Amino acid sequence: MKKIFNPQKNYNDTRKEIGYISRKDAKSSDYKKIGFMSGLEVHQQLKTKKKLFCRCPAGIYQDDDDFNAEIIRHMRPTLSELGEYDGTALMEFKTHKEIVYRINNETACTYEVDDTPPFRIDDEALGIALEISLLSKLNIVGEVHITRKQYLDGSIPTGFQRTAILGVEGEIQLKNKKVKLIQLSIEEDSCREISDIGHRRIYKTDRLGMPLIETVTYPELYTPDELMEAAQYIRFLNRSTGKVRTGIGAGREDVNVSCKGGTRVEIKGVAHNKWIPELSHNEAYRQWALLNVKKILNKRIPNNKNWKIDSAFLDYDVFDSLNETLKDAKDRGLKLVLVNLPDFKGILSHFTQPGKTFADEIWGRLKVIACLLEPFMAHSEEFGSNSSDIDFNLLAPILNAKENDAQLVFWGDEVDVETALETIEERCKMAFEAVPNETRKSLPDGTTIFERVLPGADRMYPDTDSAPIPLEDEYIENLRKNLPVEIFERYHQMRDWGIPEDTFNYILRNNLVPIIERIVNDFGINPKFVGTFFGHKLKHIEGKFKQHIDFSYEKVYDLFGFIDKKNLDISIAKEMLPIIYEYPKMDFESVLITLKFKHRKKEDLLAPIEFLHEKFKEIKISKNDVTYDWLMGQVHKQAVGNVALRDIGKEIRKIIKEIE
Amino acid sequence: MANDFFQGYKGRSLETLKKYNVRVWGQAEIVTTRGTFEGTVLPRSENDDDLHIVIKISTGYNVGIDIRTVKTMKETGYKKANYKIPEKEFPFTAGQPDVKLLGTGGTIASRLDYRTGAVIPAFSPGELYGAVPELADICNLTTEKVFAVFSENMGPNQYKQLAISIGKEINNGIDGIVIGHGTDTLHHTAAALSFMIQDSPVPIVLVGSQRSSDRPSSDAALNLIHAVYTAGHADLGEVVVCMFGPTSDEYGFLHRGTRVRKMHSSYRSTFRTIGDTPLATVTRNGITMIKKNFNHRRKDKKVKVQAYFKEKVAMVYYYPHMKPDIFDSLIDKGYEGIIIVGTGLGHVNKEVYPALDRAKENGIHVYMTLQTIWGYVHMFVYDTGRDMMAKGVVPGGNMLPEVAFIKLGWSLGMLENEEKKTGKTYTKQERFDYVKNLMLTSINDEITEREPYNGYLVYQGGVPEVEEFIKKFRK
Repeated sequence: MKKIFNPQKNYNDTRKEIGYISRKDAKSSDYKKIGFMSGLEVHQQLKTKKKLFCRCPAGIYQDDDDFNAEIIRHMRPTLSELGEYDGTALMEFKTHKEIVYRINNETACTYEVDDTPPFRIDDEALGIALEISLLSKLNIVGEVHITRKQYLDGSIPTGFQRTAILGVEGEIQLKNKKVKLIQLSIEEDSCREISDIGHRRIYKTDRLGMPLIETVTYPELYTPDELMEAAQYIRFLNRSTGKVRTGIGAGREDVNVSCKGGTRVEIKGVAHNKWIPELSHNEAYRQWALLNVKKILNKRIPNNKNWKIDSAFLDYDVFDSLNETLKDAKDRGLKLVLVNLPDFKGILSHFTQPGKTFADEIWGRLKVIACLLEPFMAHSEEFGSNSSDIDFNLLAPILNAKENDAQLVFWGDEVDVETALETIEERCKMAFEAVPNETRKSLPDGTTIFERVLPGADRMYPDTDSAPIPLEDEYIENLRKNLPVEIFERYHQMRDWGIPEDTFNYILRNNLVPIIERIVNDFGINPKFVGTFFGHKLKHIEGKFKQHIDFSYEKVYDLFGFIDKKNLDISIAKEMLPIIYEYPKMDFESVLITLKFKHRKKEDLLAPIEFLHEKFKEIKISKNDVTYDWLMGQVHKQAVGNVALRDIGKEIRKIIKEIE
Repeated sequence: MANDFFQGYKGRSLETLKKYNVRVWGQAEIVTTRGTFEGTVLPRSENDDDLHIVIKISTGYNVGIDIRTVKTMKETGYKKANYKIPEKEFPFTAGQPDVKLLGTGGTIASRLDYRTGAVIPAFSPGELYGAVPELADICNLTTEKVFAVFSENMGPNQYKQLAISIGKEINNGIDGIVIGHGTDTLHHTAAALSFMIQDSPVPIVLVGSQRSSDRPSSDAALNLIHAVYTAGHADLGEVVVCMFGPTSDEYGFLHRGTRVRKMHSSYRSTFRTIGDTPLATVTRNGITMIKKNFNHRRKDKKVKVQAYFKEKVAMVYYYPHMKPDIFDSLIDKGYEGIIIVGTGLGHVNKEVYPALDRAKENGIHVYMTLQTIWGYVHMFVYDTGRDMMAKGVVPGGNMLPEVAFIKLGWSLGMLENEEKKTGKTYTKQERFDYVKNLMLTSINDEITEREPYNGYLVYQGGVPEVEEFIKKFRK
């Protein structure tokens, strides 16, 4: 009897077969086993007034619909070194994308849309980027050469990004190891995508051209945790200058991951460092899974050079009834195509990532390369809630499919069918070779999806529109004099101060050590108190209250200054902070009034204790000794800001002892 | 040949390379006070300073090393790059029109040498097919390099040579001509060809690009596709310029060779028809005529080429308080024709009047055109205009200054040829009359009888209705 194939079981079995374990269960030995290797490209926007190669303002963002004009371009591949179009180029050209740029006159000029050559590089940006290069211990170049790096996805209207190396061969000091840096470059930021539907991709140009740096590490990070630590370190280092942008999109990571026998795959634009471990973990295992697919396929089809798909147009009438999706496809006049994948049974449902299978690898490429509009595909090994109700047993005979074959159907515009078929065959053939070179987009669930074919190395060439910029020793040395303290020294410093470790990330992320230092030095306040004040109290308030636009960390400095001047006890700071956070314009005296604060002397505070003690004896119910707590509670509120609570407590205990 | 090893290096940087025996294309390890750098030594642009050595590092980027920081360096390998453009045979398709692409030196299609950044031009049909494969669906293309000069170095000799080459091609039965040309003086050449070849049976299409074809966003390929389509398929027998309509990759304009001007230093949509509408729009799918009157394509292979040009013609752009010595020096140097680009309706200051008298006495042909670019010369409106006409200055109608300049050179060439041919020596007045007759008789709309209302459109931003138009339609 024919065994019925169960895709769900196949997914589970293959996941087990490759030894996938969840991130939380994975140990460093597991990563060693699969040869986890990774590196980072950390992008960081610089806080400059203007853009990098034109004099438009930087840092002003517009809504999608806030534009004055639109410009349309098509990116055309240029010939590469070997006279062939490189992978990306060919792919982007295949897609025939119409790229629309939305221009707002406030944030973009004719430079952004490539109708004016570049102006001189922004000096402010160059200075900041060099400071960070020096902090990263890079060898600073003698002359900056602007280079063009080709991008055909349309994210930059010229078709290339202007970028330049400022330094090579640096290093950062992590907790347990040094990580070498390949280089640091200064570059212009790209457009922000508004939408990408079918053959039309829309971008806005507000961010385009803003100065950005990219720090590239060697692939020396061997666990997701190390990778995360390096990402954090570089972020903190950048922020320690106080001259970089923060907020959504201001810092973005490209994460390069491979496993043993795999390929360097780039996960693009990871916006949050906390996503890095899960993403890199899953990517390494995805590659590990694809190696298994390769093994299975090569065993099953040893002579696979001539392996090819078979396809046929289907009439919608082939189905007795149409589901909503197919009904819609038919109404839109889309072509319905059946594809047979010889000997691919069990491959389409082979595990690749949590909740994803090899079929998703095909799906991702069809969406991007053939520009098919979702939903556009169903296949013979679907399972779970996403399954279509298409009966492939009915369809398989149309292409004389054999028992060991797999099938899929897709529907799309007639003009896209050929590209789609090529794409399917190409991806399947790649499976015989294991892991294709590509860039992938991160999803919030920790998995990734195909983005683009990884561009070849040949896409760099000099920018003939700009002259080289010499960097004199004197200029570099002047920058070196004013560098902030290094991050690993900051860790030491915070430990010496006794600040709790759980505040370190918050303090470094927001570059707070300099302000803590000033508060400590100027007002003689205990650093542990100040560090905790920021790392616990302020962080807590941030999560709870809405920050006023005028609030800045400088307000906290002023607060401690006020407390110092007025000779108040620092305990009042915690009470005042939430009010200042929400109403930074309120003067500190008024904040005290809001808190109903009254100046009281220690003696005055302690005066009623004996009387209260007497009173408490009368009302006390509990047998336990809670006298102290009750008494403390009575004076606590008034004491805050006047006398340190510890002092008051001591005095109360003394009094209790005397009385009892 | 020794210098070949150190392409572009001079002075101190050259000394440094020689001192350590490191050549261009050598793989070098350079130890400096700023750390160690490794990469391939690249040629240096000759205009750059002599304090830096350029290397390409392994990630593909170029960086410069300050030779004053160099402690030591050594060559660890050597690999000279040698690139050429891939060539594929241009497919012949029966039934498609035959188009000839004439090269003048401008880069139409090209590819990059990634190591040096140098642009390698693609020119043979095979090379062009490699770069712009769509051309094969439009026509059967052949090419000929007529000469190789930069746009700014184009001049009378090139105009004549080009006109003669075009004439030959037409006689041989070509279906259309495309001329690849730099954009700076594209409209000068277009005007020259308009006068030298007045009765072409096929389209003569001049094309260039505002962004070099080595960049993915270049307008070169699309311009070329539009031009080749026009040459092969348009029902036209005229000289036209084919360049981007809007700055977007949407459609091209066909501009009459006599009314077109480059109007922006860097925009893709830089070429505009002045004082009239463009002749047509063109996309990869077809041509849509805008003007109703034009010279249609003919089946015959007849064409009259009048490749004449007299070089001693100058253009004087008037400025306030101009002195007569500007004109005097031209007269003294033997110039035979002067195009004045005057203010307003066509004026210059009184101070130069004596020089104008002198010019007339010396038989110099002086024509008035306008700095305003748009509009007609009207020298009857003010006394000054009338005074100048009395001094022999001829109003040039609404002829564009550059077109008037080219036409005067051509007219003087025609005159010279006429004198040679007839053996008759013309009097000064006869010469004035002969040239004036040619100058003021419009050959192909260089002077139009009327200016349509939509011939002058320079909208100003900021006005609500203009902003609305821009947002909605102007891509």
